[in-house]
This record gives sequence, structure tokens and C-alpha cells, in this order.
Amino acid sequence: MAIEVRHVSKLFGDFQALDEVSVDVASGSLTALLGPSGSGKSTLLRVIAGLEQPDAGEVYISGREATTVSPQKRGVGFVFQHYAAFKHMTVWNNVAFGLKIRKRPKAEIEQRVSELLDLVQLSGLAERYPAQLSGGQRQRMALARALAVDPNVLLLDEPFGALDARVRKELRAWLRRLHDEVHVTTIFVTHDQEEAMELADQIVLMNQGKVEQIGGARDLYEQPANDFVMSFIGPVSNFGEELVRPHDIVVRREQNGSAERATVERVVHLGFEVRADLELEDGREVWVQMTRDEATALDLKEGVQVFVAKQ
Amino acid sequence: MLRLVALGYLAALLIVPVGLVVYRAFEDGIGAFIESITTPEALHALWLTIVIALIAVPMNTVFGIFCALAIVRRKFPGHGLVNSVVDLPLALSPVVVGLALVLVYGRQGWWGGWLIDNGFQVIFALPGMVLATIFVSLPFVVREVVPVLREIGDEQEEASATLGASPWQTFWRVTLPAIRWGVLYGVVLTTARALGEFGAVSVVSGRIAGRTETMTLHVEERYQAFEIQDAYAASVVLAVLAVATLLVMTLLRREET
Repeated sequence: MAIEVRHVSKLFGDFQALDEVSVDVASGSLTALLGPSGSGKSTLLRVIAGLEQPDAGEVYISGREATTVSPQKRGVGFVFQHYAAFKHMTVWNNVAFGLKIRKRPKAEIEQRVSELLDLVQLSGLAERYPAQLSGGQRQRMALARALAVDPNVLLLDEPFGALDARVRKELRAWLRRLHDEVHVTTIFVTHDQEEAMELADQIVLMNQGKVEQIGGARDLYEQPANDFVMSFIGPVSNFGEELVRPHDIVVRREQNGSAERATVERVVHLGFEVRADLELEDGREVWVQMTRDEATALDLKEGVQVFVAKQ
Repeated sequence: MLRLVALGYLAALLIVPVGLVVYRAFEDGIGAFIESITTPEALHALWLTIVIALIAVPMNTVFGIFCALAIVRRKFPGHGLVNSVVDLPLALSPVVVGLALVLVYGRQGWWGGWLIDNGFQVIFALPGMVLATIFVSLPFVVREVVPVLREIGDEQEEASATLGASPWQTFWRVTLPAIRWGVLYGVVLTTARALGEFGAVSVVSGRIAGRTETMTLHVEERYQAFEIQDAYAASVVLAVLAVATLLVMTLLRREET
């Protein structure tokens, strides 16, 4: 295990940011800490980096106890949501910072920095200052800076949170490719379930300072441990007393067994996907999801009578 | 209209009086002016003023930076108290500061007697004047640096730490360059205050011409002695120092943007 977190708790005043959290992260994996704001995911990342001291519990990095080791000596690379670029330094000097601190030979620094700038596609901008870069470029610079010192683990705190949707998507795909190339154990924090599912080998889903479930994207989607996991990962619909995936509700035009009668209230066409709001006979509302072809076959439109059942 | 009012106000309060001082200083020709400012007393006063500033400004700069760091970056008991006490010299009349120093360091003071017996005179000597100047010019660097530190936040410092830098390396390579303009403004303001201080220094100096007289005290002494021409000439020297300080500040501002 590259990182082991054991029973870590952290209080801020009387706010329980982390409550007995334990997480394992395998070497070379890409792990997402996912959860709503205030769930403790950023605090956990900062505890791993040594930027925050836990009140209880231990952190092991590459098998060694690191709980009280200062961030300076942990050998972690940290990337901040707002880049934390050194504004008074050029891109080149930002990336070279950690190597200069380690007093590496000049030739080695030159070579390593130009390699990294190539890797993050900023070679032409080495002499620019952070203020002259776009948000996406700044974040790539911050990534190169963190990678320069060959960290044992790379920690990213909402790395794409401050970027617009298009750049975000590009950087996401790019980070995945980068991880496949560099293979450094990586943990990133996000509140975006799609981002976590698209990028991560393992998702740690957190809520109110606790870990709700750890697993792959499919596990969390198909075998959610509880209602919170189910409603956080993917869409849900209230059907009867329980939560169901809206695509797990079967809609027919004819009565079939125990199916309930419902009236179509509204139909929304989202290209391939079609969503419909239905009202059951007792007044409860339920929404369903189906493909465009299914909707066409049912001739689904406002006012139509249908029969619904859980798959 | 608004511009006229502002200009008129400034003219009545600042430009005309200062202009008149300059005019009077040169009324009897440049020779008389030079004669006035090259008397042994005047030269000594100028030298003493500069010496005091050269000691007080660096000390307040170093203290100011660390005090600002403590206020912004550390949460410690009595945090709020430090924050308000730093402003005390701005609120307190300099005369009171001078008297307070006499009470502590004078012959009858708490430590003064002991210090004098051991051959170290504070009051009526250079150390007392430096202390008074440090006291009255203490808040400027702190007040300039605190908002800059708040604005830059601590992420750059955290990034530096995760990249392997020690706190000291982080201070020199990340924090200090990031706050350098705030520090420079603070230094300029501190310098201006140190050069122009009158009240506190007046109380602790004893005002011995040629020995413990700074430029401002010299102006006052010449004025009281009805040597108006000397007073005007010395005032012009002070004004030139002030303008030079402001000029440095303006140039720095331009550099920054």
C-alpha cells in the first residue's frame, strides 16, 4: 500500500471534519475522494499531505509512519484548487523550485524542468509569469511543479474546480493519460461524481466526516452500501418506499401483474435519453429514464396512461 | 467645480504655506541659505536625524514583518490584543510617548537609574531618541504588510512546504518576494515619520544644540531664538527629504503596475 490512513479524526472547533476515517490506497493507483462540500474530503487530503495535523489516528506513506512528519519531509506533491502559483517567478522557476531547494546540480535541473514542461505542454511558455497564463495552463504548471521532485504520492485538491467546463473535460482526459504514463500514486478530491467515475480506479465516497463506501465506479453504482451512496452516485427516483434508478423502472402501455397505473405529466427529450415525470394514482410522483427508441415505441407524451413497475 | 474646491483647499492649507517657507528661505539669496544650513548645529542636526532614521527604520522593518506574520498566520492567545496594541502609537500623542519613556528610562525611572549607574544613558542621549522614534513609527510596516499577507493567503507557503522548503526557505523565497511592495511602502512611510518626528523626541532629547538636536528640533530652536531665516532654511531641508521620500514611493508604485 502506498498510503494507509488509520482511524483518523479531526475537529475544527466543534465541527467534526473527520470521524475515524480509514482508507488504503494501492501503489500506482488513481483514487478519488468524492463527497459533498463539508464531507471532509479536502481535510483528509491535507492530513495525508501533512498540511493538517489529525487529532487522532495514523497516516502511513510507503509503509512508514508519517503522522507527525512535516509536509517538507513527506515527499508528497500537492496541487491546489487555485494553483498556488508562485506569482513572482516564471513558469520555469516555478517548476524548478523543488529541485533548487534540494540543491540539485544545474544541468540536472535544466534537463528535468524541460522534460516536465514538455510533459505538461508548456515548453513555449517557460519565461512567462503565472499572471500571463490561462487557468488550465496554470494548473498544468502546478502539476509539473509537484511532479518535479518525484513525489511518492501526488495529491490534487479539486484540481479542476476553478476551470470552465470545456477546459475541465480536456484536463480530465489529459490527467488520465498522464497518470498512465507517469504511474505515480495519485489521490484527487472532487465533488463531481462524473469526474470521479471517469478518472478513478477507486472511489472513496465521504459524507459528514465519514467514509460511506470505497470501491470502483461500478461497485458504487451497482451495489451501493446505502441510500446516501445510491443517491450521490447516479440518478435516483423515489418509487414507493424505496430509491430506484430511474432506468430500472419499466414502463408499459398494458397492465402487467402488479404494475401501478400512472399518468404522464411531462416528457423531456435529451437526445439519446428521454425523461418523463409520471403521477401515480395515489398522487405520488416518480420520474423515469429511457432511451429515445423506447419512448417512441410507447408513444410517450403528456396525458398518456401507462403502467409502471420496478424491474 | 469639485476639482477647484479640492485644489483651493490644498492651496490654502499646504501649497501656499510650504511655498512661502521655500520663498523665505531663499529671500536673502542662495548664499544666506547655504550659510544657514551649514552651521555646525544644523549639520549635526541633519546627521543625527539621518542616524536615528538609519537605526529606527531597519528595526521597525524587521519587527513589522514578523509582527504582521504573527498577526495573520498564527492564532495565539492574545492575538487580538497584539493587533490593537500595534496601533497604539498612531492614537497616542507623541508627547505622551516621550514622557512614558522618561518614566521608564529616566534617572528616576524603573530601569533608568540602574542603566545610568552602569554607564548607559538613555534619556537625553541618542538611545532615548532612537527609542522614541521607533515607538512612534512602529505601526507603518505592520499596517502595510498585514493586508498584503491576507490577500496572498497561505497556499503559496503551503505549496512551498510540500516541495521541500523549510519555513526559513519559504520565508525568503516565497513570502518575502510576495509582500515586497507592502514592505517597501511601509519602509517609506516609516522613514517619513522618523525624519519628521518632533514631540516624543523633543521630550526625551533634552534638546542640547549640537548634541541631541534633530532637524525638527533645530527648526523649533532657531524659530524660538528669532533666527527665522535659519528656521526656514532648515525647514526646506526637511521638506526636501520628505519630497524625496514621496518621490521614491511614487516611483515604486509605477514600478509595481
